[in-house]
Amino acid sequence: MRTIAVIGASLAGLRSAEALRAQGFDGRLVVIGDEPHEPYDRPPLSKDFLLGTADRASLALAAPDALAALDADWRLGVRADRLDAATREVHLSDGSTLTADGVVVATGGEPRTLPGTLALRTLDDAERLRAALTGGARRLVVIGAGFIGAEVASTARRLGLDVTVVEVLPIPLGRVLGPEIGAVCGELHLDHGVRLRCGVGVDHVSPSGVVLTDGEVLPADLVVAGVGAHPATGWLAGSGVAIGNGVLCDQGGVTSVPGVVAVGDVARWSGQRHEHWTSAAEQASVAVRNLLAGTTVELHDRPGYFWSDQYGVRIQFIGETHLYDEVRYVDGTPADRKFAAVYVRDDVVVGVVAMNDARHFTRLRRRLGTAPLSTPAP
Amino acid sequence: MIRVCTVIDLPPGEAVRVVAHVPIAVFNAEGELYAVDDTCTHQDASLADGWLEDCRVECPLHASSFDLRTGLPSGPPAKRPVRTYPVVVLDGVVYVNTEAQQDVA
Repeated sequence: MRTIAVIGASLAGLRSAEALRAQGFDGRLVVIGDEPHEPYDRPPLSKDFLLGTADRASLALAAPDALAALDADWRLGVRADRLDAATREVHLSDGSTLTADGVVVATGGEPRTLPGTLALRTLDDAERLRAALTGGARRLVVIGAGFIGAEVASTARRLGLDVTVVEVLPIPLGRVLGPEIGAVCGELHLDHGVRLRCGVGVDHVSPSGVVLTDGEVLPADLVVAGVGAHPATGWLAGSGVAIGNGVLCDQGGVTSVPGVVAVGDVARWSGQRHEHWTSAAEQASVAVRNLLAGTTVELHDRPGYFWSDQYGVRIQFIGETHLYDEVRYVDGTPADRKFAAVYVRDDVVVGVVAMNDARHFTRLRRRLGTAPLSTPAP
Repeated sequence: MIRVCTVIDLPPGEAVRVVAHVPIAVFNAEGELYAVDDTCTHQDASLADGWLEDCRVECPLHASSFDLRTGLPSGPPAKRPVRTYPVVVLDGVVYVNTEAQQDVA
């Protein structure tokens, strides 16, 4: 391959570019990013950056010399509008066309939006939200008690706002962490004087506040929606690349079109989208290997991992919680807001969760796929 | 020199954290003692909580691992090494020499 285009310049795109060079690709490397910024880290956007304790420079995902060493042609502030998979031509928003032998799709996600609300995905979103939070708003309503919503609520609380979180599901994060642990996450809001309304939907947002489906109105000066993201696949319509809630890939990131792989939030590997920071980095190395090999020679089978920092509590999770039989506490208790626990299915550890207990989490994650310990881990 | 703990309180495979000018993690890797900055150079996480294997510790947050002898990370997301410090054992007590911090790379 002489030219490879990486479409997307965030974590998955950058790690793909790094993996290409690390795996010996010495041809022309072009990275297309629709944001004007060099690759930056998104997780701090809802935490330290929003709070004001981390600046833009601290978000850089790679040092300037490391970026330069990639010897890539960075086209930032330019969007890919269309891909012709037969010729592997990428049509860009500046009117130019790029022809590549290989394409890495890393366009990420686009936040679901609600009229009258702010969303948080990009650095520019975070700067807008920070200006709003520190610009005299007193009452914030956050729609969605997922990780982004909870982290925004936590940060806003620290900035002194009056905060209410609305969640349509009966238990926050219940689908991700299961009902028991989800309920503990919900309690974190209450611990810090944030109101939590679960099991009720949002009808619409009016200038005076958030109108719920049960008729109640939550007064608000500012409303943030943290209600998930769509995979950014619009530009691939008509390209021949198979799409279905993400770019359809095998377990090695290989799409339906030869020479095209997909990684990160936009990609659906073996039927699943893994919208997590660690997955994006891990997938990049696998997909690039398969792209360079011209066929699937490596599969990604590492369990999904994520973490969240909210209200001074670090939550860590790895594995899955589908139809688990039991949550077994190995260290601490939920009441202490410091514990580590395993999810057990058919007497096998399928997931590990911890709050403020990295020490036990680190040890327990190595028990995934094994029988649970009958005595506490060392 | 900062007193860490007695040798008995730091068996193989274990780590302790002491607060000097910065937090420092002291490890017993199969009988050899090592001291490095406790805070991962990537993001706020305590390496003393990490997974110790041979002469490496894996950060509990994002799994970058650091060589305890040199402080060098194995790869992303950490980009910079952690500082290492000499460890001294006197009369069954473990000390870290913080004046002789060893910057690498």
